[in-house]
Amino acid sequence: MHIKDEIKRGLFTENPLLVLVLGLCPSLAVSTSMVNAIGMGIAVIFVLTGSNMIVSLLRNLIPAKVRIPCFIVIIATFVTIVQLAMKAYVPALDRQLGIFVPLIVVNCIILARAEAYASKNGVFGSAADGLVMGLGYTMSLCILSLIREILGTNKFFGKLVIPGYDPMLIFILAPGGFFTIAFVMGLVAHFRLRKAGR
Amino acid sequence: MNFSSLIQISIAAILINNFILSRFLGLCPFFGVSKKLSSAIGMGVTVVFVMGFASFFTWTIDTYILVRFGVTYLQTIVFILVIAALVQLVEMALQKYSPALYEALGIYLPLITTNCAILGVAIINTGKNPYTSLNYNLVESLVNAVASGIGFTLALILMSGIRERIELARVPKALEGLPIAFITGGLMAIAFLGFSGLSFVASAGR
Repeated sequence: MHIKDEIKRGLFTENPLLVLVLGLCPSLAVSTSMVNAIGMGIAVIFVLTGSNMIVSLLRNLIPAKVRIPCFIVIIATFVTIVQLAMKAYVPALDRQLGIFVPLIVVNCIILARAEAYASKNGVFGSAADGLVMGLGYTMSLCILSLIREILGTNKFFGKLVIPGYDPMLIFILAPGGFFTIAFVMGLVAHFRLRKAGR
Repeated sequence: MNFSSLIQISIAAILINNFILSRFLGLCPFFGVSKKLSSAIGMGVTVVFVMGFASFFTWTIDTYILVRFGVTYLQTIVFILVIAALVQLVEMALQKYSPALYEALGIYLPLITTNCAILGVAIINTGKNPYTSLNYNLVESLVNAVASGIGFTLALILMSGIRERIELARVPKALEGLPIAFITGGLMAIAFLGFSGLSFVASAGR
């Protein structure tokens, strides 16, 4: 396995959020501040890596016909672990993310990786795939929340960025989420078009 | 049972806290099946249907089994299994008893298991009703589920109407496809922000 290629694939060419457009709902909802984005990212990386490993270990035992329900149970188990850990150690973050912590279960990225990669490959490869894909997701989540937090609240990790700038509240409200992802995706498409045109 | 609270719940779920445009739940079908009006209606009806059934079962199981025996940490696992099983059951029942409806809705049903709106409404129904500060009872949670489904359908149908016209418009090359749909969604979300003036409590639904 070529580690460099894997990383490039997860972060750029097959970035789960900005290229494959998986896992939209939580990413728009929690990308209102960097702290939320990083918390959500770590939770997704943990669930994705864990479920990928277990799915890959059990891939020869699970009958093909009932594989989706089996995958969902495995994923839900890891999500429950994350939920309990978050409630115990970072209750403030847990309240911020709210309903979107249990909703990691239905985040399409995790099921998609289980189905497309972990159910066909070995344990180490699947763990690496989960880690890289999770990092790619976290990265795009951080890009979105960086833009939204600075434009919407004029703060970065709670610190004032530009003194005297009046923040545009709309960016941390729901519409801002749509606009931000639209322009980030448009930018990605623009660079891809330019590269293809050359 | 308070009738006005049911009306408040419905208005909040359809307009103020619209599932798609203010809560960000169910975005995948919102952008995936909003290209044609007919498929948007099909998806919307299916979601209302499954949401109603799912919250009936999840609410009952939660109240009478999980809470009673103190195992609420199993909520996520149990809910997703109930929803998956239910979708499968609805699919089989439709296939047997109403082939016509199955023809129309069949392709949307498998997509619904991983639709976060269904699990979302089930989880919201286990929380507190913001208007009475009590837990949702069965009727309230059913009303909440169906109204949320109607809100979802409303946004989906509006979106598909707009997207059918965007197909004909000239859009900058880089924004073609999804990005322009996101911008449209953002504009709709601004319009729906206006409904927050209808809110009965400051933190409605949160």
